Amino acid sequence: MTELNKLSLAAARKGLLDKKFSATELTSSYLDAIGAANPALNAYVAVTGEQALDKAKASDAKLAVGEAGTLEGIPLGVKDLFATKGVHTQAASHILDGFKPEYESSVTANLWRDGALMLGKLNMDEFAMGSSNETSYYGPVVSPFRAEGSNANLVPGGSSGGSAAAVSAWLCAGATATDTGGSIRQPAAFTGTVGMKPTYGRCSRWGTVAFASSLDQAGPITRTVEDAAMLMTSMSGFDPKDSTSVDIAVPDFAAAIERGVKGLTIGVPREYRMDGMPQEIETLWQQGIEWLKAEGATFQDISLPHTKYALPAYYIVAPAEASSNLARYDGVKYGLRVSGKDITDMYELTRAAGFGREVKRRIMIGTYVLSAGYYDAYYLQAQKVRTLIKRDFEEAFNSGVDTILTPATPSAAFGIGDEAMAADPVKMYLNDVFTVTVNMAGLPGIAVPAGKDGKGLPLGLQLIGKPFDEETLFAAGRVIERSAAMDFSPKAWW
Amino acid sequence: MSVDAATVKRIGSLARIRIEDSEVGTYQDELNVILGFVEQLSEVDVSGVEPMTSVMPMSLRRRDDVVSDGGYPEKIVANSPLSEDNFFMVPKVVE
Repeated sequence: MTELNKLSLAAARKGLLDKKFSATELTSSYLDAIGAANPALNAYVAVTGEQALDKAKASDAKLAVGEAGTLEGIPLGVKDLFATKGVHTQAASHILDGFKPEYESSVTANLWRDGALMLGKLNMDEFAMGSSNETSYYGPVVSPFRAEGSNANLVPGGSSGGSAAAVSAWLCAGATATDTGGSIRQPAAFTGTVGMKPTYGRCSRWGTVAFASSLDQAGPITRTVEDAAMLMTSMSGFDPKDSTSVDIAVPDFAAAIERGVKGLTIGVPREYRMDGMPQEIETLWQQGIEWLKAEGATFQDISLPHTKYALPAYYIVAPAEASSNLARYDGVKYGLRVSGKDITDMYELTRAAGFGREVKRRIMIGTYVLSAGYYDAYYLQAQKVRTLIKRDFEEAFNSGVDTILTPATPSAAFGIGDEAMAADPVKMYLNDVFTVTVNMAGLPGIAVPAGKDGKGLPLGLQLIGKPFDEETLFAAGRVIERSAAMDFSPKAWW
Repeated sequence: MSVDAATVKRIGSLARIRIEDSEVGTYQDELNVILGFVEQLSEVDVSGVEPMTSVMPMSLRRRDDVVSDGGYPEKIVANSPLSEDNFFMVPKVVE
């Protein structure tokens, strides 16, 4: 059998259990694919081939005696934001130069507990700050997708751009990712993959490099809805080491995917119909409504009046938390150190050399909005607006809506080095206009590939759920996936 | 509200990030674009609205006040750019 790497995670799992192939063969197939593709795509920043093959061998032994875990022998990619013991963990930043943690993040530990194995660490925007994967110290990830008739390199989205590109280009069976303002769902939408940001508190944040702690959540990026559900079941769970981890039972998410949408009421928020929204996004949205209606869902217009304030509030809250979280990078405890004439000089030179431009910009904004005299006008105001954003959703759900359908992004993927985005940071921020509200309210959201634009580039729809009701999102997401019935695999050019 | 060059330098110093004189202008422009964008929040009526402190309705758990972890200083300093006898080394702070 060739191209084992093109199997879905669920199909690979079945093949392993049926002894059609071994975990070693499956892992080798991925390592070969990475070797061939990574010079062009730059999705991995570190490949742990030997460890992966050792682990695959151990999985084969377990599979042989019928002691396989729920993800036994499944090769995964891990975003560089997750601490992995003894392995490159730098949040794609120069300031964590050479950092190899002495511990394992809770989310990855859960995956290894269930038998999954790691192929390597995935590229990302530095400290998860970006929507194009262009802020990485390791250079941009190149999307496996190109517009029809063009050789121009496109962005895979961000910040989990390496995760999305690697999943889409068959360089791992699935990947871990994180989402602070859209960093799972936007790259998933750009690469024709499925991305789930769970409810805040569902996945432990322990051992994940912190960006904005009240917004950060880990989640999976995969090629199918079923695969995402399988990874979510393993990644989730209460963790006493994360003070905001929620002690609630984790369902078998994969068991929910064929539930359908019959009898569900789905909300369509009028505020998401933005001025200047491309017609193809509008058409896609309408198509999604038709598909879900045909399967028995009813639709209801809803209003989320504070939607337009979510992005500006985010650009106060997230940088404020980042400026505090990133204070730990001082050239003393780990990573890069640039010597100076005294300790303050050392701090300043280390941080100036170690952080990239976007990260410095956000630390500066965060420091400013928290500084004396400005705290009330910016930070306190933003936290009050955040309460209102959450209330909007609560009122929608209280009015009988089970889930909310929106576009995932305002456009398809754009080019690497897009001049308009480079010239105006706010233009780049607008990528997250449909996703950021979900983080602000702590809700779960899934992006599912649903169509293509005029140039053959993937477009995604987003479903937003009630707290801890990821199951409904998987069920409705599966209906979109099944109804679209499109091939979202890239044409390999690399 | 907008920031001037002196404020950019002051924020850089608060954030412990060296801002070279040649960089001040660009930072000033970029920060003012972002501050201009977030300015629209001031039009929201927030009277009587509590600021969000926890996105999930929960109170912080407490654990017993006992030592539950530690005893491995060599692991703590393992990634330090400069350490000696399990201490972090920094430039002289006190004369």
